[in-house]
Amino acid sequence: MSNVSDDNNGEDMSTTSATNSLSSVAAQHAAQRQPGTAPLGSGLEAREIHAWFGKHHALADVSLDFAAGTVTALIGPSGCGKSTFIRTLNRMHEFIPSAAMAGEVLLDGKDIYQPGVDVTKIRLQIGMVFQKPNPFPSMTIGQNVLSGLKLAQIKSPKSNDDLLEECLTRAGLWSEVKDRLGAHAGGLSGGQQQRLCIARSLAVNPKVLLMDEPCSALDPGSTLRIEDTIGQLAKTMTIIIVTHNMQQAARVSDYTAFFLSDGGPGSMIEVGPTNEIFSRPKDERTENYVSGRFG
Amino acid sequence: MTFTANPPKAIPEKRQITTKPRVSDKIFRGVLTVMSMSSLLILTLIGLFLSLRGFQAFQTQGIGFITKVDWTAGVDGSPDTFGLGAMIIGTLIISATALFVGVPLSVLTALFLTFYAPERLKRALVTLVDLMASFPSILFGLWGFIVLMPMAEYWAQLIHKYLGWIPIFGMPSPAYTRSPFIAGLVLAIMIIPIVTSVSREIFNQTPLDRIQAAYALGATRWAMIKAVVLPFGASGVVGGAMLGLGRALGETVAVYSVLNIVFKVNFQVLYGFGGNIASMIVGKWGEASLTESKALLAAGFVLFVMTLVVNLLANFIVRRTVKTGK
Repeated sequence: MSNVSDDNNGEDMSTTSATNSLSSVAAQHAAQRQPGTAPLGSGLEAREIHAWFGKHHALADVSLDFAAGTVTALIGPSGCGKSTFIRTLNRMHEFIPSAAMAGEVLLDGKDIYQPGVDVTKIRLQIGMVFQKPNPFPSMTIGQNVLSGLKLAQIKSPKSNDDLLEECLTRAGLWSEVKDRLGAHAGGLSGGQQQRLCIARSLAVNPKVLLMDEPCSALDPGSTLRIEDTIGQLAKTMTIIIVTHNMQQAARVSDYTAFFLSDGGPGSMIEVGPTNEIFSRPKDERTENYVSGRFG
Repeated sequence: MTFTANPPKAIPEKRQITTKPRVSDKIFRGVLTVMSMSSLLILTLIGLFLSLRGFQAFQTQGIGFITKVDWTAGVDGSPDTFGLGAMIIGTLIISATALFVGVPLSVLTALFLTFYAPERLKRALVTLVDLMASFPSILFGLWGFIVLMPMAEYWAQLIHKYLGWIPIFGMPSPAYTRSPFIAGLVLAIMIIPIVTSVSREIFNQTPLDRIQAAYALGATRWAMIKAVVLPFGASGVVGGAMLGLGRALGETVAVYSVLNIVFKVNFQVLYGFGGNIASMIVGKWGEASLTESKALLAAGFVLFVMTLVVNLLANFIVRRTVKTGK
């Protein structure tokens, strides 16, 4: 977090025109691409997050910092609240009727749940990739990539062609689809569709990318490609990934947080550098989980 | 142990895969078949009945039955002229007006109910709209005549004033009452319930993951609807519109009470006369001679065929244009 200066925060959060904010983000990225500078992306801080579905208390008191330019994996057995947690980070949680939350999520130091915050702008800065690939089937591959710009009614400083190539390249899909950008997205394989979804979320130039089990519906080959992609993306943004696959967590992440529910609301048991969580976890429950004794 | 190349094997015959149904299964299947065939049978019988009874009219009038615009029963042996042309065109014009007004209203209503209305209001409105569907059409007709017509007359004047340069909104002499426009408005209100409820059903089924994908990309609700819900629901909306069209084509009493039926082709929707096969039949039936009543049955057959053709055509259009979004 400390890498991002306060001046920058003010600029990003207060810019009213989306176009300006996007180009300023791009400028910021360009500036930070110089060798030896700070990691890219933005930090995200979750403070004392609770989440409810109706009366059901699903998540209790999770505080977690995501430093800019890092990859954090959230692991834990089903029902431990990790997906719920990640959905509170870009305000997707509130789409579920009766869902409620408490706590703060700070993007560049500003609470995204503050009254008056334009939620659509928040989601532009904190992108999301879902468990099931969900390209828009009525659009072509190219249209899918650019759909975010249209949906949020913003313009990219780059030309559409450049943006298409850049996003698809970053998502590791360019070589496979460059000759059929006009084809419908439904014709792609599951893994390609998921990379298309990643490319789509990159087009609006988010600072943070949330990935909710992005590989759980994919074959091992596609999974590896996406993990590759994550490694590439981590150079330019903060990534938070929920995964059921502990090897995946070990392969892609810098930090790992272990979530668990002991019948009550889910909570975070432990967080630390990934190699420590997997080699010498402090908590016995973490050790049991990562060593495969349960879950 | 030695390995030898496998000797080429003959490709086996394809096996017949059979299942032996139980007796109860057979009975159930039989009952279902009879039930579903019965609707087809009834439809065929109606078509047969109409064409047989109306055969004489087709025979004497020939192609003129659908192209001529004159309808006079011959007096004292003079030949009859039965031409349905004006009524066919009138039916299409009124139905088109109804769709033009009713479908956008219905789609917007459905969008509001699905994505905007608070839960309580939604429940109340859904009940209300469904109630509208079961409302007797004569009441729509009377209401259209007494309440809607005076108001619609004023709207028609406005439309003519500002859009009169478009031929269909022309007006040879000021006669704004009992026009196809007003009949179309009454029909529009009548088809709103069915189109709304079909659209609402389909909008409700929009895959949640696509909706979330749009929101996660920073879409506003309206942007999400344009990008996800409308492409997904388009074919369903067209299907609903077709059901509405079915009702509009065949609507009798409501149109009869507001439309001035004249056997003359009128493309000017605001102008105070028009035609509609169904209400024409009702209007003429009471005092029809034997030959004329046969002609009216033939007119019924034409309406029957028209409804089928329009539906088939619409199906074809839907399949041609709405390929994606599923």
